[in-house]
Amino acid sequence: MIMKDKYELVIGLEVHAQLQTVSKAYFSEENTYGSMPNTNISVLTLAHPGTLPKANKTSFDYAIKMGLALGSQITEETIFARKNYFYPDLPKGYQITQDKTPICIGGNVIINLKDNQITPENPEGKTINKEHSIRLTRIHLEEDAGKSLHIDGEEESFIDLNRAGVPLIEFVSEPDIRSADEAHAYLTEIRKLVRYLDVCDGNMEEGSLRCDVNISVRLIGATEYGTRAEIKNLNSFSNVKRAIEYEFERQTALVEQNITFGQETRMFDATTGTTTSLRMKEAMNDYRYFPEPDLTPVVVDKTWIERIKNLMPALPRALFLKFTKEYNLSDYDAEVITAEKETAMYFEEMCKITKNYKAACNWLTGNIKGYLNERTLALNQFPISAKNMAEMVNLIDAGKINHNIAAKQIYPKMLENPTKSAEMIATEDNLLLSTNIADNEAFNLEVEGFIGEIMANFPAKVAEYKAGKTGLLGMFVGEVMKKTKGKANPKTVNELVVKMLAL
Amino acid sequence: MTNYITFSAIQNDLKSGKITCKSLVEHHLSRIESKKNLNVFLSVYADEALAKAEKIDEKIKNNTQGRLAGMIIGLKDVICYENHPLQASSRILDGFVSQFSATIVERLLAEDAIIIGRQNCDEFAMGSTNENSAFGNVLNDADNSRVPGGSSGASAVAIQADLCQISIGSDTGGSVRQPASFCGVVGLKPTYSRLSRYGLAAYASSFDCIGVIGKSVEDIALIMEIVAGKDDFDSTVSSKDVPKYTQNLTFDNNKKIKIAYIKETIENDALQPEIKTAINQKIAFLREQGHTVEAVDFPLLSVILPTYYILTTAEASSNLSRYDGVKYGFRSKNAENLEQMYKKTRSEGFGKTVKERIMLGTFVLSASYYDAYYTKAQKVRRLIQEKTEEIFKEYNFILSPNAPTTAPKFGSFSEDPIQMYLADIFSVQANVVGMPAISIPCGKDNENMPIGLQIMADFFEEEKLMSFSDYLIKNS
Repeated sequence: MIMKDKYELVIGLEVHAQLQTVSKAYFSEENTYGSMPNTNISVLTLAHPGTLPKANKTSFDYAIKMGLALGSQITEETIFARKNYFYPDLPKGYQITQDKTPICIGGNVIINLKDNQITPENPEGKTINKEHSIRLTRIHLEEDAGKSLHIDGEEESFIDLNRAGVPLIEFVSEPDIRSADEAHAYLTEIRKLVRYLDVCDGNMEEGSLRCDVNISVRLIGATEYGTRAEIKNLNSFSNVKRAIEYEFERQTALVEQNITFGQETRMFDATTGTTTSLRMKEAMNDYRYFPEPDLTPVVVDKTWIERIKNLMPALPRALFLKFTKEYNLSDYDAEVITAEKETAMYFEEMCKITKNYKAACNWLTGNIKGYLNERTLALNQFPISAKNMAEMVNLIDAGKINHNIAAKQIYPKMLENPTKSAEMIATEDNLLLSTNIADNEAFNLEVEGFIGEIMANFPAKVAEYKAGKTGLLGMFVGEVMKKTKGKANPKTVNELVVKMLAL
Repeated sequence: MTNYITFSAIQNDLKSGKITCKSLVEHHLSRIESKKNLNVFLSVYADEALAKAEKIDEKIKNNTQGRLAGMIIGLKDVICYENHPLQASSRILDGFVSQFSATIVERLLAEDAIIIGRQNCDEFAMGSTNENSAFGNVLNDADNSRVPGGSSGASAVAIQADLCQISIGSDTGGSVRQPASFCGVVGLKPTYSRLSRYGLAAYASSFDCIGVIGKSVEDIALIMEIVAGKDDFDSTVSSKDVPKYTQNLTFDNNKKIKIAYIKETIENDALQPEIKTAINQKIAFLREQGHTVEAVDFPLLSVILPTYYILTTAEASSNLSRYDGVKYGFRSKNAENLEQMYKKTRSEGFGKTVKERIMLGTFVLSASYYDAYYTKAQKVRRLIQEKTEEIFKEYNFILSPNAPTTAPKFGSFSEDPIQMYLADIFSVQANVVGMPAISIPCGKDNENMPIGLQIMADFFEEEKLMSFSDYLIKNS
């Protein structure tokens, strides 16, 4: 029997998201990534004697937003706590956090899993989306620590305190996650949400989003949890997956060999893809939490919560449902468009102008994404407005321009002249199609000439058509369009071809 | 120059031109010099004080001076003053210079007060005798073989010996009132949260109060009026309006009040007999005046001190974690790795009492003992608060001694720290509940050592507390 069928993973995630507030968590200093070491610091960061923390109300706004988005209960009165431990990058010797009264309690993270298992509902084993709910234990606010820098060849270590005091929220999940893919989906959803809500930039490499994994294995069907390990130092989604996969192998092997092991904290090594023990539970810190006497309790009343509710943007799940149900987009398209807030918002802007949602989606996920990917740009750096893009879609639909011409000639010109509409460019470059036959007699005569030529070239086909094989109409139209180099209106060409073949 | 009991007398003489700010500063500088043996000041800012005095004298000429023009102030070595040293009388802060001023210092300076120097104290304000300073003992000016009290010992002696007009101290468990009583001066601990703690090196945050020591109640009222109130840098400060303390210092003796004393504090065999007599005389006087003075029971008296020590040491163990040798102050030169740096820096940098309290605090917060000590003490603190509030539903003030004895000789407590802890028994209640309390002079014992009387009032009743105290000083 293979391990995967015998054992299951039990995973809980702790995700830290650095808040995009202007000032640090408990005092007002700048909070920006990438500054020179120890430049965004003050007497407060340095924990000089006599300094006192200050609660940052904006970080509460952010945490409440997240709680509302995830269906958590918002705690009315929260008190801060001190988590005491010694480390050089922790200037006060304690971290201000929320212990017994986290700002948000409970809630769910809904993840989408791809499933292609053959079941009575899915007899062909197609890849389908399966919704899955991961329970959230809590979301709490805390401050970040600084960074220790160990430079090769230097005898001493260095401390950069720029990050110390930057506000964080920590999402703690219940041990509901059962696979590396689920963990990945959970993280994706959290990152998507923090970005939608402008809470955090979600950048794992820069450390603004960080994740610790609590992981254990047990026999499938068992109700007790196995001995867990906490994995740290995971700075990308793929490392989270790799660490989980490695731990599954490691822990099942130990269990299979009847080797008992203790609870511990382990470090992931990205180069080897393995984890190594950092410390055993017995050696872990006793954090001596106690209520922070320097900060008064914060009361979040109904008015506060209402204010935040009114600020909430549309959330990805709601948009996904709207796009699939109302706009009839495929799950795939809707997923791509809602993956990032900017894309969804751009799409929504387009949909205010055009009702051809599928075409709008294709332009967005095809041409626009392609342009951005090539240049590694973000959507907000894309030159053409959603309005101009949508108007182009409408022009095509109205038969005023040809799709290919739009893609190959008009759209590139719009990229160069973002202020010009598709119609302006088409007019200037004489790319507008005529919709009125009477107005374009000369052109129609030319087209009729082409049709005559083609009929002469394909006498057998003409005969077949006349014998009733009307499906050949498309072929004739296509040939004519080639001759007109796409400038003709397909509708007009169609009409003329039908007319001439009927003669 | 005369020893001015009140600042209003100084201001009169400044106005009349009898004295100048500069001559006042010179007077105090020479007093400090002549009383150097008392070991009160750790730094004297002579040049600065003289320069500032000249500027203020100019202002007085132009009548543009602040309300504290001519006020010479000393700061306990736990109060931050920008670009001036701050060490909390500890080796661990060797060479440390504060980069900002405490909120209350800002407010004093804004009214043209002159800071004349930094005063010795017990290390991190932990102690009752001022014997725990890295800078040596401070002597009581009434008898140099006796302690001045603590932890704001030097701040009290500075007033006793007329080295300055006002001292700014701190009071976490009696540290302003007890030395004030040992030195025969007035010391006020306001309601917790009445004054900003921003710029006060923390000992136990939920107990710490900046306190004021002076020669008269009216001087203290003036300081309080200027420094009290809301501060954006301390979120725990009360936003309650600050009364005009100086304008309401008259006690209305016709309005009869009710005063309580806790039976076990005064009817206590351990209390020095002269203190008992002195307080009983005060009680008799008040009764003669038609006020009601009654004994009340306070069954929780015996648990106040343990509650205080569990909670203050817990907070101290955390507050003092920042002194680790990483960022500033003292760092042991004998360390070869990180763990050694922490251990050696803190072992060599802190004194005995501070280390004892850090260890005690770490113990009561540790996972296995947390509920038995810390959680329980928090509950008991709440009970003590409730029971004390009950007394104030019926009574205006609570009278008690400040300490079981007058100032003891040096070394009395060194053999038995429990005795030293017990010396705090009467003063810690005000800190445990957060109410204001004052120590006023109340005669002398057989060896001519000052006796203090402690009066405690309900939350934010400083106004009544001060007017009553002023009345008692002047009339009994």
